[in-house]
Amino acid sequence: MIERMAEGRGFDTFDLRYVGLILAILGIGVLSIHSATHNQEAGAAPYYLKQLAWIGIGAVAFVILWAWDYHAIARLAYPAYALVLLLLVFVLFEGRTSKGAQRWIALGPFSFQPSEFAKLVLVVVLAHYYSKAPRVGWLQRVIVPGLLVLPGLLLILKQPDLGSGLSFVAVYAAMLLMVGVRSQTAGIVLLFSVMLFPFVWEGIWGALHDYQRQRIMAFVDPNYDPSGKGYHALQSRIAIGSGELMGKGLFGGTQSQLKFLPEGHTDFIFAVYAEEWGFVGVLVLLALFVSLIWMSLDIASKAKDQLGALLAVGIASMLCFCIVVNIGMTAGMFPIVGIPLPLVSYGGSATVMSLASLGLLLNVKRKRLSLFY
Amino acid sequence: MLGSYSEAEYGDFQRRLIILRAGLLLVVALLGLRLWHLQIKEGAYYRDLSENNRTRQVLMEPARGLIYDRHGVLLANNVPSFSLYVALEEVKDREALIQKLSNLLELDPAFIRKKLGGKGGKLVPRKIKDRLTLRDAVLIESHRLDLPGVMIQVESQRNYPGGVTASHLLGYVGEVSAEQLEKPEFSDLHQGSIVGQYGIEKSFDRYVRGKAGYKRVEVDAHGHEKKSVVVEKPQPGNDLYLTIDVRLQKLAEDLLGRESGAIVALDPNNGDVLAMASRPAFDPNVLSRELTPRQWAEIVQDEGRPLNNRASQGQYPPGSTFKVPMAIAALESKTVSPSSTVFCNGGYQFGNRTFRDWKATGHGAVNVHSALVHSCDVYFYTIGQRMGIDLMAQFGKQFGLGQSTGINLPSERSGIMPSTEWKKKVKKEPWLPGETISVAIGQGYVTVTPLQMANLIATVANDGVQYRPRLVWAVMDRSTGNLVELPAVPQGRVNAKPETFRLIKEALADVVKVGTATRAKSSMVTIGGKTGTAQVAALRTGPEESIPKKFRDHAWFVAFAPIESPKIAVAVLVEHMGHGGSAAAPLAKEVIEAYFKLNDESSIGGSEAPTGSSTAPSSQAGAASL
Repeated sequence: MIERMAEGRGFDTFDLRYVGLILAILGIGVLSIHSATHNQEAGAAPYYLKQLAWIGIGAVAFVILWAWDYHAIARLAYPAYALVLLLLVFVLFEGRTSKGAQRWIALGPFSFQPSEFAKLVLVVVLAHYYSKAPRVGWLQRVIVPGLLVLPGLLLILKQPDLGSGLSFVAVYAAMLLMVGVRSQTAGIVLLFSVMLFPFVWEGIWGALHDYQRQRIMAFVDPNYDPSGKGYHALQSRIAIGSGELMGKGLFGGTQSQLKFLPEGHTDFIFAVYAEEWGFVGVLVLLALFVSLIWMSLDIASKAKDQLGALLAVGIASMLCFCIVVNIGMTAGMFPIVGIPLPLVSYGGSATVMSLASLGLLLNVKRKRLSLFY
Repeated sequence: MLGSYSEAEYGDFQRRLIILRAGLLLVVALLGLRLWHLQIKEGAYYRDLSENNRTRQVLMEPARGLIYDRHGVLLANNVPSFSLYVALEEVKDREALIQKLSNLLELDPAFIRKKLGGKGGKLVPRKIKDRLTLRDAVLIESHRLDLPGVMIQVESQRNYPGGVTASHLLGYVGEVSAEQLEKPEFSDLHQGSIVGQYGIEKSFDRYVRGKAGYKRVEVDAHGHEKKSVVVEKPQPGNDLYLTIDVRLQKLAEDLLGRESGAIVALDPNNGDVLAMASRPAFDPNVLSRELTPRQWAEIVQDEGRPLNNRASQGQYPPGSTFKVPMAIAALESKTVSPSSTVFCNGGYQFGNRTFRDWKATGHGAVNVHSALVHSCDVYFYTIGQRMGIDLMAQFGKQFGLGQSTGINLPSERSGIMPSTEWKKKVKKEPWLPGETISVAIGQGYVTVTPLQMANLIATVANDGVQYRPRLVWAVMDRSTGNLVELPAVPQGRVNAKPETFRLIKEALADVVKVGTATRAKSSMVTIGGKTGTAQVAALRTGPEESIPKKFRDHAWFVAFAPIESPKIAVAVLVEHMGHGGSAAAPLAKEVIEAYFKLNDESSIGGSEAPTGSSTAPSSQAGAASL
């Protein structure tokens, strides 16, 4: 017999460790952004200061989503999703274009990326959907949520933003795994195929001819630079590899300092960090990330209700997916899709969204179960 | 209270979370393994790659030595110019780059492809084009982001301020060829190095070349230099001081004008080349540039053969100028005495053939003096027949005919001084006695270069002492700052009595005074000389004007002045201009008069020594005394 009891609590040591992890990762991010951009043209505000400003805004979002009852938040899921879809439509027509993709909405001096917020809203929508009523049968468990995901996914792919699109699919797959698919075997198969897909991707991808790859990539991501022929991937591998065990030291990464590494402060920030801090630094960062996800899954496991559990799992899976794909891509294991490294890469929308998601996670823990056997 | 969160689902959820955690650990372990592989197992390899990425060894071309005339007038220097390089290791799509470059610069894609495929390692940047216009350089710079690996470098480019002046002497420079790079004397060069390809630039290349240095530079992804460390400084080449006086040189070239021909002026006392003109000429500034195959074909196929230095490479029958060494040979071999005479009736019968004198009515009784003054052919037919070809050849060779003068210029030709042995060896036939008679008046097999004739008349003027013609009188050593003089090189002596030379010089003086070259008579200075008219086509009918120009005779005049103590010896050859007395002699006079005028102006204190210190840069004046 299991007795469950809702407990409203304030900050405890778990929360402190949790926030400490987040701050440590954010610190690594700010330092690496500074290193990657410190010799950029003078005049404009330094990137690391701008990132600190974003972190400040993110902290506010964190606190709001932490303090506000997540059941109330979940009730706003469908209106929020509708708003996100509207913004995604708006961005297609009125958005700011950068590097061939139309992803941003300009707001005065800032611009924000609706697709980043769409990810968090999707988690809430799916968690809300599954927890609201018992869902039975294939139609309700798989097809309907799939149809919920579809319009957002299509709009994001249209931008095009392959990375965010894949995150969408990953969140959907994680939700299916946890509650959608009833068969245990099917669940395990689904999990492993999702998790290991990136690793077998290289094998499948490698078997294709150059022109085939280019056609596929040009179809899904017109940003893909066919004349680059793996230049970015190679420079990123060189950056990481040349860091060796101890790294080249802060500001010592020649690959990023001399700009051989493209997008050093955004999508390829992990390579900047790995070059300057070596394998030792890489292990530290991986440990921080694993701890953060691990604690998130703890929160999921001890959630008071299904909504909380699903919110926690969804957010944890989303972050985990972004981390794995980003590092895998900079390390040359996966093709390059534009996914930032959560909490580390420079970028306002992604930083605010990550911090908001983590706030919501901690919100779930705030009202977690106490188990009495 | 718990809504849909049923007991069964709760348990199931917890089990699935465990699977999720296992999956997380597995994936992170795979990532860690991959990173371990990159950073630890292959770390050293990637470190090398990153070093190669950022550092590049860049050659520093040495400044090529400058070339001055004898008085320090600049003839060749270096000016900055833009060159286009491609660093191969940064080129990902070679064909795309070729297309872009060919569109921007309007170059043939095949040409660029060939340049990119040149010899050398992957790290040696390939030079695609030099002397870019400012417009092209700016165009490339502004498209830099689309052109990975493309670099614009400021380099020094050889420049000849005088344009066509002295072009055959100076020559031109060009990129070292693949064949040249195989040879040991070019071992210190690399693809793209500039070497002399013609003229003094080629023959004195080891003086002016200098030695390349190199620097290690750190570059960013766009090829911009960030830091550089000079590992080895380039050593500039040494400067050359030529023996020519560029004013005299220019005058000689202007005298030839649009005609083809050559004028050579030597100092008989040391062999200094005072002027060496050849026309038509070329602009070495154009040839030192990268030429397209079409431009090159145009120059090579030009009928006037402007690349040919007629002074040292043009071989012509000497015509009557050959009578000077023949007269000396006859006197020295005692074939004739100064006073013995031959009767000339306008023809010379040999076997069933008559050799005609240029004067159909004949010259009457002539001795060696009057035979030279009036250029009597019959006299020389007679003595030639008496001497025989081998005796003639023996004297001809003493004067340097049939062999190169040893002037330090590429591809000097040696002409032909025929002999029985020569004919057996080259023509595989015995010598025919009738052939001797043609050679005696400088026709037949005998050919000479204008330089050889100038050297010959200088030898006569200098009473038989011969020097190797000298082009460079001093080299300025850049490493020590010293001006090192190159000595005059005596090249042998003609075995003849001073009395013989006195007789000959008297006769040559009378050639100008009363003989065939009265148009060379000068009020400034006494001139001695000999005219020549070299037959081009054997059979001619009708008056000179009716003959197509390419079959007309070449006009010769060889001279020296002043007769008492010769300071200058001149040979003039004008192609297809007929008689030496009318077409060539006046030019020689102009050159000689100009030489004395120029020397009176520039020789302060009466010094004729070619120190050049009066106008040489002051930094070298002190060194000049060494």
